[in-house]
Amino acid sequence: MGQTIIEKIIGNNVNKTVKPGDLVTVKADYVMMDDIMMPFIVSKFKEMGFTKVWDPSKIVVICDHMVPASQTDDVRAYHISCDFANEQGITNLHQSDGICHQLMTEAGYVKPGHVVFGTDSHTTTYGSVGAFSTGIGYTEMAAILGTGEVWMKVPATIKIEINGKLADNVMSKDVILKIIGDLTAAGATYKCLEFTGDTVAAMSQSSRTTMTNMAIEAGAKCAVFTPDEKTEEYCGIELTPFMKSLVGDEDAEYERVISYRAEDFVPVMAVPSNVDHIVPISELRDIPVDQVFLGSCTNGRLEDLMAAAEILKGKKIADFVKLIVTPASRKIYTEAMENGTLDILSKAGAIITHPSCGLCCGRTGGIMTDDEVIVATNNRNFLGRMGTSKVKIYLASPKSAAATALAGKITQYEVE
Amino acid sequence: MGMTIAEKIIARAAGKESVKAGDIHTVTLDLMMSNDGTSHLTVDKYNALKNPRIADVSKLVWIVDHNLPCDSVKTAASHKKMRDFARANGIKFYEGEGVCHQVMMEHHVRPGQLIFGADSHTCAYGALGAFGTGVGNTDYLYAMVTGTSWVLVPETIRFNLHGKLPEGVYARDVILTIIGQISANGANYKAMEFGGEGLASIDMAGRMSICNLCVEAGAKTALMEVDDVTLDYLSAHGREPEAVFAPDADAVYSEVYDIDLAGIRPIVAKPHFVDNVCSVDEAEGTKIDEAFLGSCNNGRIEDLRVGAEIIKGKKVSPNVRFLVVPASRSVYEQAMEEGLLRIFMDAGAIVMNPNCSVCWGACQGVIGEGEVLISTGTRNFKGRAGHRDSFVYLASAATVTASAIRGEIVSADKI
Amino acid sequence: METFSGRVWLMGDDIDTDIILPTEYLIYKTIDEMKPYAFSPLRTDLAGAIKPGDIIVAGNNFGCGSSREQAPEVVKALGIKCIVAKSFARIFYRNAINNGLLLIENPNLCEDITEGDEITVNADTISYGGREYPIAALPENLVEIIEAGGLVKAMRKRNGLD
Repeated sequence: MGQTIIEKIIGNNVNKTVKPGDLVTVKADYVMMDDIMMPFIVSKFKEMGFTKVWDPSKIVVICDHMVPASQTDDVRAYHISCDFANEQGITNLHQSDGICHQLMTEAGYVKPGHVVFGTDSHTTTYGSVGAFSTGIGYTEMAAILGTGEVWMKVPATIKIEINGKLADNVMSKDVILKIIGDLTAAGATYKCLEFTGDTVAAMSQSSRTTMTNMAIEAGAKCAVFTPDEKTEEYCGIELTPFMKSLVGDEDAEYERVISYRAEDFVPVMAVPSNVDHIVPISELRDIPVDQVFLGSCTNGRLEDLMAAAEILKGKKIADFVKLIVTPASRKIYTEAMENGTLDILSKAGAIITHPSCGLCCGRTGGIMTDDEVIVATNNRNFLGRMGTSKVKIYLASPKSAAATALAGKITQYEVE
Repeated sequence: MGMTIAEKIIARAAGKESVKAGDIHTVTLDLMMSNDGTSHLTVDKYNALKNPRIADVSKLVWIVDHNLPCDSVKTAASHKKMRDFARANGIKFYEGEGVCHQVMMEHHVRPGQLIFGADSHTCAYGALGAFGTGVGNTDYLYAMVTGTSWVLVPETIRFNLHGKLPEGVYARDVILTIIGQISANGANYKAMEFGGEGLASIDMAGRMSICNLCVEAGAKTALMEVDDVTLDYLSAHGREPEAVFAPDADAVYSEVYDIDLAGIRPIVAKPHFVDNVCSVDEAEGTKIDEAFLGSCNNGRIEDLRVGAEIIKGKKVSPNVRFLVVPASRSVYEQAMEEGLLRIFMDAGAIVMNPNCSVCWGACQGVIGEGEVLISTGTRNFKGRAGHRDSFVYLASAATVTASAIRGEIVSADKI
Repeated sequence: METFSGRVWLMGDDIDTDIILPTEYLIYKTIDEMKPYAFSPLRTDLAGAIKPGDIIVAGNNFGCGSSREQAPEVVKALGIKCIVAKSFARIFYRNAINNGLLLIENPNLCEDITEGDEITVNADTISYGGREYPIAALPENLVEIIEAGGLVKAMRKRNGLD
């Protein structure tokens, strides 16, 4: 019988054929740990009686949630992260290079077919290069650090097939938001989302990453694309026969197959305060905004910054509106600086911060107060995520965010 | 009897022929700057007045710079209060444009003006020959409502600068040396006036750095003689002087210092006072956790050029977080255009949006318990940059950058 | 499993991890320090009102969002004996099991119950208002972790410490 992509990846890892529901023990190809969880991981690791990690070369430590520190206590997590890396001989340490999920593929760690765990729910991201990756808690991570393996249930797969051409003002963010709206926030719990069709084949690696990043918002355990020549180029590798085989088989057993026509997608926003509460922007009229956030592991890549810059070029954002731009990595920041994108954004009035999680994780980077409204390109609009519980967070694509910053009220980009 | 620059500016603002130190006069203010440190308090007090009105809204400039982007719901609420008030009353408002004093220098300050700022480093405006002084928010509110205030005419200490700074020594070293010499209250209530033939060799960035820090000697204001450097800066920014005042030959000074610029050496101010100075070499080897290049004192393009030149092709020490924060949007854009930010990014620095941040221990780059920071910021008071048990050294852009590379305090010529 | 009773706090669908514990408190050194802020975006006074032995009853997708394990840990630290929900988000579920916090899935209880009422949890049912609500059996591998007293204890045993 045929197999889904995720079944092939897990099967390869455990060296046997697997089917949904099987309990297997997988070996981690990489694990990712972020600063904010490190104090707890290290303490559990010690409490468990471990002294040495199983393989320092497979462990990546990334400081991103609290860089630069906004509270004196933040620095403690930073030191614990660096000290643990040094003491364990972990050289894959990023102290201020950007957001973990961007770095895990950009810096060359995760490759197609890998099995990866991270102490952050958006670890689902790496499926954009054809890897299995999922978020876990710090206790579980501590156990993997000691043993290199963990048990898991092979997930059933929901196949999402999209064919056709997206409109110019529709980005992959609109696509994934619509899908989450249709599935609901719990609709893919324990499941894998497998994206296929000529629309996603035509998407850049960056656009695909937006979609796998947000799969968790439908509860998914993971999400995956078939690696192709774009993946090859992005990862700087040649696909092996195994990597090339990571295609969902015709006769694979899918729990559900959902088909979309690309032409049916329109610019949408997730309205407060649920990611699955999706409304077309055309129905959101005259809502003034106080702040716009362009950044995060969802939409802080070069393609996203350039899409916004194209809309903002030679223009000024609305008076009394703040546009906060947080590139997802040092590399992206540098590229955006070199190709003039940051200059355009700055001249339009953007506040450009150092690459980090920034506002998305709600520690600093533009915290807001009662009755303020923000349009943001990140992945969550939960109550209180960016300030008080009376802050209204709308999630949108970079193009919609840029158009909104210009207008000072919620609006979608209309191609001129 | 002759007058100092400070006396002449106050005389003009008071509509008098002449004033002398010790007089108290009612003056009409030219500009009133307020930032997000205290504007929300001013708004509260304004709203508590009976039938309040703003005397002349065109003289008000409000700037959000201390906590930007916002780091807590509390500061978000105070920003909102400030923003809503500015919007409702038509006050000139900046948010995200840079550190208030730099924004004021780039866009507003003119020689001869008397300016109140609800921030102690308002004395920076003396670099452009304006009398800037820091006030609390109650004084600010009175000025905002009446357009006037009272001032005690300060005594003036004169600093005659001679010669030229040696290579690798900066204006920042000059002012730290002077503060070390006269102490942290050596100019209490007084004006510090700078002139002499050596002044011409100090560029506008250096002048701002000197005047900005005079409050750390307790000065009420700092003033520099207006010359071609001043006028060139003004015309480059599309402005004309309000009035150009030179001190009279027979002006009365409480003290006169002659500063030999050639004799100045790289210097650091050690924790926890700005006048606790020693040579960089004496502090060499002190391990640091963070380095900060930025602030209204040293975040200008000239400072970033100095830092970039030193760090080009090198890396920040793995034990150090090196934060580079341009003082304004125009500095940021220019540094980007000149390739300086690229150099800092490639070296592993953290390049932030223009703001106050590390200098006052909020929003970004806060230091933790027991940590050591070397900074181009304005103050090294206990707890200033973060945890109450942390340590701040002040130094020039060159020394800070060199130390960021080495991981410990070192002078730039040893890198 | 022993039988126990407790007073119920009722919550809706999609109680996310940012509600259970907002990001700004994650860095506190101990779970105890975080306790006062649990559920604060939803109900600021709730953490203070919860008494040891209380039970949370909620709708769908409890614990959705972040992988922050502080969420189940802080719930446990408040003394919540167990959570009964229509469904749980998967990372939260794993984290709770790994910390020995009992989670029970039941589709009906949250529709019928009134906050403040008492329920009794038995081996395979929940008793409330004269009705019995069935509890599904846990997968074997999870029972093993719970029986070991959580993952930390299981690992200590593996490493020959206990």
